[in-house]
Amino acid sequence: MADRRVFPIEAKLVAVRFGSVTALSAVDLELHGTRRVAILGANGAGKSVLLRTLHGLLQPTEGTITWGGSPARPLDQALVFQRPVMLRRSARGNVEYGLAVRGVPPIERGIRALEAIERVGLLNLMDRQARVLSGGEQQRLALARAWATRPRVLFLDEPTASLDPAAGSEVERVMTEIHAAGTALVFSTHVLGLARRLADDIVFLHQGRIAERTPASQFFSHPQTAEAVHFLRGELPWNGISHRPSTA
Amino acid sequence: MWDIGAAFQLAMRLIAGGDGALWEIVALSLEVSLISAILACLVGLPAGALVAIQPFPGRRAVVIALNTLLALPSVVVGLVVYLLLSRAGPFGSWGILFTPTAIVIAQTILVLPIVIALARQFVEDGWQEYRELFLSLGVSLARAVRTLLWDLRYSLLTVVLAAFGRAASEVGAVMIVGGNIDGVTRVMTTAIALETSKGDLPLALALGMVLLLFVLALNAAAFALREWSAKRHG
Repeated sequence: MADRRVFPIEAKLVAVRFGSVTALSAVDLELHGTRRVAILGANGAGKSVLLRTLHGLLQPTEGTITWGGSPARPLDQALVFQRPVMLRRSARGNVEYGLAVRGVPPIERGIRALEAIERVGLLNLMDRQARVLSGGEQQRLALARAWATRPRVLFLDEPTASLDPAAGSEVERVMTEIHAAGTALVFSTHVLGLARRLADDIVFLHQGRIAERTPASQFFSHPQTAEAVHFLRGELPWNGISHRPSTA
Repeated sequence: MWDIGAAFQLAMRLIAGGDGALWEIVALSLEVSLISAILACLVGLPAGALVAIQPFPGRRAVVIALNTLLALPSVVVGLVVYLLLSRAGPFGSWGILFTPTAIVIAQTILVLPIVIALARQFVEDGWQEYRELFLSLGVSLARAVRTLLWDLRYSLLTVVLAAFGRAASEVGAVMIVGGNIDGVTRVMTTAIALETSKGDLPLALALGMVLLLFVLALNAAAFALREWSAKRHG
């Protein structure tokens, strides 16, 4: 599958503008394999835009993105959207579609789809129409669709934001498993608990710029910038109760 | 002398009694219209999908041109097809003027812009939803078109039905290129026009009722299909 190298993913002086609105500016970032990176920041800080740019969905207005030294976007990477996009077919059909796009032969498609669906715990629903599944089930199906293609890196845009706690922790479990199987994770979130539990590294965005990029343990205990301190303080009362100690 | 009541009764008797001339006309109508609808959809659905999802220079002009074609007066289409197929025309040697084939050609040209416009609209909505996913997965343009047409198949089936209904209810162009020849190119609409002018109102009325029921059934089918697919696919 690894037809081209994905890592390092390198952003050099990247800016993304939509008309007169600057979503990202002066972003320098280098990502290496197998780490779990959380992109943190308030609403409108540019988390989703950064994620989409790193994935290759958005072209930088300025600066460059390279994957393994090449500006050509590699295919063995995937993105799971905040609101999953389900094709009008069965759950299994959705996973197989992702594999068909990659040119996986039909028989292998079926096997790999089943495997991925099993891992996200949706075997009993695999023949249902994907679009009538619940939000949490759709999110897990999106994870299965991404995972089945065996990406080197999986981007996730606010993976648990629109889910109830039970569905959220199920998604977290799947994310942990995907990482354990050797896929790097890059996810945006404004939920500190998720970042504490799952992230090795934190990229903290403030108003479209990277304000801080540190190991997770350091970010939560000794934030370097006033913005990060402010962000942590502002968020903690809401999420602090459920926090488990960071294992990172 | 006649009155509507008597004509109506006679019309019912013609329909119920399986009048040969009546059903021959109905059958020809449905046949040429179905073929036209299918031909127009074979070209129009992929074309509409392409216009919906592929940005190209002059796309705006194409969209405006398509919308203009929607308002194309059908007699003009009839006239143009007539000129093309007539003895002196470029395709005169085919000898298909005043045949059902000529009717199919005229009807196909008439409904093609409708099919493209409706398909474009449906596919554009689907594309809005799928665009980022397709880009993320690295889906090729050809596959994107195929996927959208397949995923929107129930909506697009209503386009086929609309095309079929529009083709079947066309008069002017069909009259010009078909010639309304008894037993050869006489369809429901041209027969209604003729019988009305001759004063044979029962046959005209019977045909009118068949046509009305047919269009009603098509619309009911399209409506039911939309409801059903919305429930099934969310």
